[in-house]
Amino acid sequence: MLRYSLKRLLSLILSLAVASAVIFAVIEVAPGDPASFMLGVNAQADTVAALQAELGLDQSKLQRYLSWVSGMLGGDFGTSYTYRTPVAEMIADRLWVSLPLALFALTLSTLIAFPAGIYAASRRGRAGDSAVMGATQLGVAIPNFWFAMILVLIFAINLRWFSAGGFSGWDNGLLAGMRSLTLPAIALALPQAAILTRVMRSSLLDILGEDFMRTARAKGLSRRQALWRHGLRNAMIPVLTIIGLQFSFLLAGAIIIEQVFYLPGLGRLVFQAISSRDLIVVESVVMLLVFAVITVNFAVDLAYAAVDPRLRSRT
Amino acid sequence: MSLKSFVFTASSVLALTAGAAVAKDSITIAMQLEPPHLDPTSAAAQAIDSVVYVNIFEGLTRFMGDGSIAPLLAKSWEISDDGTVYTFSLQEGVAFHDGSAMDAEDVKFSLDRARAEDSTNAQKALFAGISSVDVVDPMTVKVTLAEPNGSFLFNLAWGDAVIVAPESIEDIKTAPVGTGAFKLADWVQGDRIEMARNADYWGEAPVLASATFKFISDPTAAFAAMMAEDVDAFDNFPAPENLPQFEADPRFQVLVGSTEGETILSTNNKQPPFDDAKVRQALAHAIDRQAIIDGAMFGYGTPIGTHFAPHNPAYVDLTGGSAYDPDKARALLAEAGLADGFETTLHLPPPSYARRGGEIIAAQLAEVGIKAEITNVEWAQWLETVFRGKTFGLTIVSHTEPMDIGIYARPDYYFQYDNPAFQDLMATLNATTDPEARTALMQDAQKTIAGDYVNGYLFQLAKLGVAKAGVLGLWENAPTAAIDLGAISWAE
Repeated sequence: MLRYSLKRLLSLILSLAVASAVIFAVIEVAPGDPASFMLGVNAQADTVAALQAELGLDQSKLQRYLSWVSGMLGGDFGTSYTYRTPVAEMIADRLWVSLPLALFALTLSTLIAFPAGIYAASRRGRAGDSAVMGATQLGVAIPNFWFAMILVLIFAINLRWFSAGGFSGWDNGLLAGMRSLTLPAIALALPQAAILTRVMRSSLLDILGEDFMRTARAKGLSRRQALWRHGLRNAMIPVLTIIGLQFSFLLAGAIIIEQVFYLPGLGRLVFQAISSRDLIVVESVVMLLVFAVITVNFAVDLAYAAVDPRLRSRT
Repeated sequence: MSLKSFVFTASSVLALTAGAAVAKDSITIAMQLEPPHLDPTSAAAQAIDSVVYVNIFEGLTRFMGDGSIAPLLAKSWEISDDGTVYTFSLQEGVAFHDGSAMDAEDVKFSLDRARAEDSTNAQKALFAGISSVDVVDPMTVKVTLAEPNGSFLFNLAWGDAVIVAPESIEDIKTAPVGTGAFKLADWVQGDRIEMARNADYWGEAPVLASATFKFISDPTAAFAAMMAEDVDAFDNFPAPENLPQFEADPRFQVLVGSTEGETILSTNNKQPPFDDAKVRQALAHAIDRQAIIDGAMFGYGTPIGTHFAPHNPAYVDLTGGSAYDPDKARALLAEAGLADGFETTLHLPPPSYARRGGEIIAAQLAEVGIKAEITNVEWAQWLETVFRGKTFGLTIVSHTEPMDIGIYARPDYYFQYDNPAFQDLMATLNATTDPEARTALMQDAQKTIAGDYVNGYLFQLAKLGVAKAGVLGLWENAPTAAIDLGAISWAE
């Protein structure tokens, strides 16, 4: 287990190093200069130059890359060109929205998908299975931003149960914060739940056909007992993979949902930063997301090993 | 939704409505873009001015809602006979939000900072004519100009010319300290800015005790936020197609006004074939302005025939000189030796006036044989390739600075119009202070650029405000980007 974990950790560090270089190179190549963007169409050339110097944009790219990486290692992500606040602070503020939202959505999607998937698998081929599968087809097909607008129309404009968007902040209480995240979380969770349900069902069905399941039944377990004791655990590997991917997606991919609900999340920060060429913010957030995805995958790898002892010995 | 949370929701809704009925001294105003920071003297972003102009920061003079100039921190002024020396008497008893007094030293500091060598003022040119700023006594400042400048008091009204305190410069971008009737209370970046009434304000106390600015960039979300009554007003509503719905709803009022935004089909005057005035004239006659206003702006916008705001008293309607006439356009192209038409590029920045308008213009140009290849660009890219690189044929952009016809006197400006006669005209205008003579010169200037068909003049961008029916005092027009909170109140 230890060797397996160390090997995974080494690949994690290598991936991060490569990612930082690629991110920096790709983002710096984009045309556009943050200083000219800030100063607009009437600015004089000397004013733009003065601002570039103030922002440190007159340094060479290599210098900027090295100071960025060395800063990050020490926890300093630099200062935003446009907002003039420390990037780490900005990211932390946004994470207080994005992380709970992603967790909320993931919890919802898991809560829907597990029972639905198990139910469908146990009713294979019968009416209940077809109904669940039909619903998931629909769930996968509906774009989440469209679904979000429908939610707003019904629950915010007509029923007035929720506000149409915005984030009340955690200062006003947990309940108020959760309330502002409810509609976005539902909009995010539904398509994810549909995917997860299908994975759960097919993974369980695969397992149900395995020899060891027949053996378990032969030893006298009921169909249900065999499913719970032996089937579920073995079916979890692909499901965990999907959950890991979904979490990364929910953290980074909520941009559109954040726009629809005007939530001050990470996605919207990146969106704003890209259009104003606030390169350091874009680089740092993308790096953070890469870090999150890689560590989630790392955690998923470890979780595989935990649920499947075969993986531990194989290394 | 469980019963418990439903009860919670219902009771909090009740509490909110009950609170609003009593108070009515606060307002939530939505804007599309969030200001990057709150220093109007070092960035061009209009969102900064929308939040801070006359609310937090004040200048020596100010724009009123109708576009006129009024004294603000300068109580009065005297202008020397040759028009080069302005002696300002400052308002007494003005304090910054940190309690320190505003005096002549602060004025000198602010103006010197704006025109300094390392200044990062986006409108540094406004201050270029100043040769010295002198403190006469704590309440009197003398500004000496190198040459007379007829628009100097106008220039001082810009958000870029507000008076700041030297000791607050360090943190001005996130903790602005001004002399205005409102103070910054809180800024949750990405979500909202909260302002509170300044109890020690030197002037007339505002009716509102507090105000919140919310940032909603998505047009659909903007519509939902208004409909759900999450916000009380939307400063510049991004979806003109939804306005009839608000007009029909008694809960809301729609304010359609004018901005300083001349929306033009900018033409690269140095790039062949646009270096031929006949080709530019053909371009002008190929464009059906009303079709663009109807198609791209849902009918909101005033056609213009030159680079000047129609609400300005000196405006001349020159749309007749470039009326829609595709046959004439084809004939002009043939005269220029381009009977078979030609190909060019059309760069479109993100706003819908450009993206939607661009599709329509491309179709209209195709009618007369001009094939414009559309490239959608972000603003940063537009600034780099079109504005600085000047590698473009055509582009659509709204020039939102007030009274900016002077850009036509800059031969290196991105559309590269180089006419010495026009440059002389602008120099004369700058040196003229007599209002009537200025009007005549401005009219000459409008006619000159219209006659040279420098750019395709499309329409004046409308300001489309939506607010709850009870909100009073919102600006209908936008002589500058501003949301003057001091003028806002609720109907009883």
